[in-house]
Amino acid sequence: MQSEVMFAGFGGQGILLIGKILAHTAMEEGYEVAWIPSYGPEMRGGTAYCTVVISDRPIGSPIIKNPLHLVAMNRPSLEKFAPTVKPQGVILVNSSLIDIDCGRQDVDQLKVPVVDIAQKLGNPRAANIVALAAFVARSKIVPIDSLKRCVEHEFQKKAKLIPLNLKAVDEGVKAAG
Amino acid sequence: MGKVLMKGNEAIAEAAIRAGCLNYFAYPITPQSEVAEYLSRRMPEVGGVFLQGESEVAVSYMIFGAAAAGARVFTTSSSPGISLMSEGISYIIGAQCPAVFVNIMRGGPGLGGILPSQADYNQATKGIGHGDGRLLVLAPASVQEAVEMVMTAFPLAEKYRNPVMVLGDGLIGQMMEPVEFPDHLKTEPSNKDDWATTGMDNRKSNKRNLVRSLYLDPVQLNENNLILKRKYEQMKKEEVRFEAYHTDSRYKLLIVSYGTMSRVCKTAIDMLAEEGIEVGLIRPLTVFPFPEEAVFEAAAREGCKAVLSVEMSMGQMIEDIERSVRGACPVHWYGKCGGEVPTPEEVIEAVKQLI
Repeated sequence: MQSEVMFAGFGGQGILLIGKILAHTAMEEGYEVAWIPSYGPEMRGGTAYCTVVISDRPIGSPIIKNPLHLVAMNRPSLEKFAPTVKPQGVILVNSSLIDIDCGRQDVDQLKVPVVDIAQKLGNPRAANIVALAAFVARSKIVPIDSLKRCVEHEFQKKAKLIPLNLKAVDEGVKAAG
Repeated sequence: MGKVLMKGNEAIAEAAIRAGCLNYFAYPITPQSEVAEYLSRRMPEVGGVFLQGESEVAVSYMIFGAAAAGARVFTTSSSPGISLMSEGISYIIGAQCPAVFVNIMRGGPGLGGILPSQADYNQATKGIGHGDGRLLVLAPASVQEAVEMVMTAFPLAEKYRNPVMVLGDGLIGQMMEPVEFPDHLKTEPSNKDDWATTGMDNRKSNKRNLVRSLYLDPVQLNENNLILKRKYEQMKKEEVRFEAYHTDSRYKLLIVSYGTMSRVCKTAIDMLAEEGIEVGLIRPLTVFPFPEEAVFEAAAREGCKAVLSVEMSMGQMIEDIERSVRGACPVHWYGKCGGEVPTPEEVIEAVKQLI
């Protein structure tokens, strides 16, 4: 069994970081994982995306044409990658910034205003963690308590940000319904 | 220590330290600059040396100097940087010094691009610098394998007193995977008092050691080159490494592929098997010495009608494959050479066109 998750958005939205946290969580859960960034000549203000592959067997191709799931943090990413998602996958739409639907009937679309939620928590920069938690809660790809441990681990060098980000996880889970 | 999630470049850096290498000279270049970034922080912590050269040419001579003085030393770069270093590498080969070079390949020629490539195959395996020298070249297909190959490269370089190259591509450098640093791959640097300029303090004999690549006497130069030749023949006997995948099937087609590209081929082979199409794979772990016999035997197997070289270059390894297959069946090429990694679906299409 293999799942692939694509995280996509603007540079600066913390896309690569939430991909890394998911990969770390899945590794702690005993899965084989690979985190593959886009590292083309696209930087500040451009698009950023990464793919996380989670499998119970050694991972073959790190190049994924059709991911199972998509976390889209901005409109260009949704438009570009929604058509590539496999049927039955989850597409998380950051509805704070995206005013359209994913345009697919065969996937599980989850619209979450992740920036507004993070804003209410006091820091819009936690929007990525809200999105990650909402996605994980809906897809059940890894357990939430394990995700929390890895969020804590990720911010251990900036410990004062841990409570904010753990709250962001809780709010994301709530938003996933 | 359990598994940690690390980017290939950082894992390569840490692997060198775990292998007992405390000397790193480098000049940054995408897609491997994180090695230098990591070691600029880490080397001082472990009492090692990180020094950024003014150019890759300078770095290659820093490596030469440290190696001649008997130190374990390594550097990392990417394609255009390796071209600049190739002058120093040639000197290091001629002077028979051990050193480790990591090439995280990007597209070329010229500045090319910064995305993954395997287009330095010929340079690494056949044409590194001028003269009759060669490198022992290891080609990892995962971050874990990159770690193990870097750790293995140091004792191999010392065994042959010849530089060893770890030949990865941009994806190996940029990808994160779980890694472990196996304790059993940690080795002590060999004693080099019999040839290196290690100083006379602890030397048993009074013989002065001279490290050089200049032999103006043609007889001496010929002798030195014959020593190199014997080393390369010994590598061919003792160091060939490869992986065979799905070769216990009744395959009609054999793929030969290495590094990142070979992983894509494995997925393609699994998908083809579900359709009832059997394809075998030989994956060289050493591209010099090349697994000639393994490729020949797999290609000459009853039922195998063709061989497909899948590489991220215009077709370079295909020449080694053709040489190994010795006409047992036709050899074809599929690949891309601009920085895109072909998908399993594209490999499957290339396979289906041949069968």
